[in-house]
Amino acid sequence: MPKKIIATASLAGCFGCHMSFLDIDERLLDLIELVEFDKSPFNDLKEFSRACDIGLIEGGCCNDENVHTLINFRQRCRVLVAVGECAIMGGLPSLRNVIPLQECLAEAYLHGPTVAGGATPNVIPHDPDLPKILDRVYPCHEIVKMDYFLPGCPPRADLIWDALVALVTGQELKWPYATFKFD
Amino acid sequence: MDKTIPAVIKKYNGDETRLMDILIDIQAELGYLSDATIARIAKTLNIPQVDVEQTVSFYHFFAREPRGRYTVYLNDSVVAQFHGRAAVVRAFEEAAGCAFGQVSPDGCIGLFDTACIGMSDQEPAALINDVVFTSLTPAWAREIVAGLRAGKTVAELQGDRLGDGQNAHPLVHAMVCNHIRRRGSMVFDDYQPGAALRRVVALSSSEVIAQVKAASVRGRGGAGFPTGMKWEFARKAPGDVKYIFCNADEGEPGTFKDRVILTELPQLVFEGMAIAGYAVGARQGILYIRNEYRYLRAYLEQVLSDMRANNLLGPLIVGQAGFNFEIKIQYGAGAYVCGEESALIESAEGKRGEPRDRPPFPVEKGYLQRPTVVNNVETLCSVVKVILNGPEWYNNLGTAESKGTKVLSVSGDCEWPGIYEVVWGFSVNDILKMVGARDVQAVQVGGPSGACIAPKEFNRILAYEDLATGGSLIIIGRQRDLLPEVVLNFARFFRDESCGSCVPCRALTGMAQIVLEKIIAGRGTPTDLDRLSAWSAIMKRNRCGLGQTALNPIVTTLKNFRGLYDQRIKAGDDRFEPAFDLAAAVRDYDRAVAGT
Ligand SMILES: Cc1cc2nc3c(=O)[nH]c(=O)nc-3n(C[C@H](O)[C@H](O)[C@H](O)COP(=O)(O)O)c2cc1C
Ligand code: SF4
Repeated sequence: MPKKIIATASLAGCFGCHMSFLDIDERLLDLIELVEFDKSPFNDLKEFSRACDIGLIEGGCCNDENVHTLINFRQRCRVLVAVGECAIMGGLPSLRNVIPLQECLAEAYLHGPTVAGGATPNVIPHDPDLPKILDRVYPCHEIVKMDYFLPGCPPRADLIWDALVALVTGQELKWPYATFKFD
Repeated sequence: MDKTIPAVIKKYNGDETRLMDILIDIQAELGYLSDATIARIAKTLNIPQVDVEQTVSFYHFFAREPRGRYTVYLNDSVVAQFHGRAAVVRAFEEAAGCAFGQVSPDGCIGLFDTACIGMSDQEPAALINDVVFTSLTPAWAREIVAGLRAGKTVAELQGDRLGDGQNAHPLVHAMVCNHIRRRGSMVFDDYQPGAALRRVVALSSSEVIAQVKAASVRGRGGAGFPTGMKWEFARKAPGDVKYIFCNADEGEPGTFKDRVILTELPQLVFEGMAIAGYAVGARQGILYIRNEYRYLRAYLEQVLSDMRANNLLGPLIVGQAGFNFEIKIQYGAGAYVCGEESALIESAEGKRGEPRDRPPFPVEKGYLQRPTVVNNVETLCSVVKVILNGPEWYNNLGTAESKGTKVLSVSGDCEWPGIYEVVWGFSVNDILKMVGARDVQAVQVGGPSGACIAPKEFNRILAYEDLATGGSLIIIGRQRDLLPEVVLNFARFFRDESCGSCVPCRALTGMAQIVLEKIIAGRGTPTDLDRLSAWSAIMKRNRCGLGQTALNPIVTTLKNFRGLYDQRIKAGDDRFEPAFDLAAAVRDYDRAVAGT
């Protein structure tokens, strides 16, 4: 069986899901027998080099760069998995969704208590090289179709491992519902 | 303010279970329930402030901020939309100088949407400070606003417009019409007031229940539960204190038959409650009636006191030792879910109208934890007729599983909307002919929680064994755009009315609306349709019937009008969400940084 090609990305996340992935510990050695990594922070490959079988997405979309990355993943990956709360529902970053963007930015960069009154006037950062902030944080499935969802904040390593093995080997994931029901 | 609050609370003996009445009365005096008022009520009742707050915040008609000296609650139902609501909205807004959801700058007029107010045969209709205005036109809306601004009272604006029958009774004095188009042999037949009560005392309580069982009376509130069995459970439940509730919440959009029954035959209903009390061993009855029907209150109170004077209520009814039964009236404050029997009980106890977990069922632990029977208005009427005419008579009407008659509320695109009492077993086609409906695209049977059926099913019959219904038929003509004009309205209704206890109900009613809007906007994908179907299965796990049926408008139209969905769906590659618009999503940011 040829190895499956995997790509991963962290969008508006905290890298916690990637860390949880690494928590599969010595099973990384088994994993490497099953898959090869393409674009991913794990190997620091910045660009896709080929079509992939599986894309793992951590985080939702809070800026236009996230959106472009996600769309790029959708184009390149046969199966796309939303990993963790932020990818699935927007997560912690989406707490700002109830506050108008203008107010958020003003609080963060112009008037907030931690904004020091320096010699130059405060500005909201903007530069052609900087991503543009979206009006709200979007869960991934509102932008592209997501095939699977792995819940958790972060999803525990065992779940990530078993889900990957299931995807790679074409088996059904046999986790009882209660093990990833968090409410 | 100083005197109102303690005075009202004293009137209800400081009883916190009367919180609904207390809030309704205080709001009537003070116009709205400010934070200070709420704090004062809590203090006087000696209960936590949040207990008062959560009740206040639950009901649409409790206002936490001023809603204008005159508050217009304009019905927002599908049928109102059919009959020109949009133009009436514009006229009100222009005349008042504010949008719906707001109060005019001079504080005189507040404009608010409200769910169906039970006037679907005379839409657009509105409640203005408890007075019902029906068949509104833009010109009349402007006249009303101008009149109110000029200092006229709402009564003066109603003028001499009076409806038919008891609507013209001096104590009702409403312009509401009954539109009884067909009287059947059960509810709207002649009857001799008091005769059933005289007859019932010749029977033992178990004989009464045996008769109701022999007649196979089934509940008319929608679920069709056997009434005799319900009474028997309550009769056998341990305890000395039991209660009979008449459910007159009638919140299902398109339904208005209970209003007409209570207008024309209130005593029939009250006698039904007394008979239930006799059978079950209850001495207290409570009519739980929606706030929208508060215009009937003086009249209903009068009927009750006349019955007391005639020995048909109170101690020693018809002179029978041990037959004591009293009835009081409990008003709701605007919440569809309060029609669900356990929510209704919670509401009558002064709390948020959240359905209870069952078991225990109300017949074991209901109002104030006592055995309680909840019956629909029409069910109670049928029981009176069973006692008067005997179970065999009743059994000869209707079909195998559906005995007696059904009072239908017919509205929408037809010539003669109104009330039709028919024996069970009429087909939808029969009814459409009867009501003068032509060019029908669909019929919504049983309100939003029921089914939207297509012409190929119009030969189905109204009966528990086929199309079970609480009795509302909304006729949808060919000219209507079904998804935006009907299905979306219903989806919004359920989102607004979910009590929020169950996650699927709370979340999916909102998400279903969003997905539906997306589909209507032409940005839906095949995945969206799959998603809606999958959600409907999850919704069956909700605690009460509201959540269990909330996706029915979508599910039944997906089944019967699939083409309307498919033609709006973007076919082909659905890997990229057509609803996401990056340019729009960064617009706020561009604006925020534009000045810097
Ligand atoms: C959301 C919801 C709303 C309801 N509204 C009403 C109502 O307005 N009137 C009514 O009689 N029953 C209503 N019901 C049904 C009641 O829960 C209950 O079954 C009925 O009042 C029992 O009376 P019956 O056996 O005489 O039909 C509603 C149920 C649900 C779930
Ligand atoms: S199903 Fe909906 S309305 Fe019924 S109890 Fe649950 S949340 Fe409340």
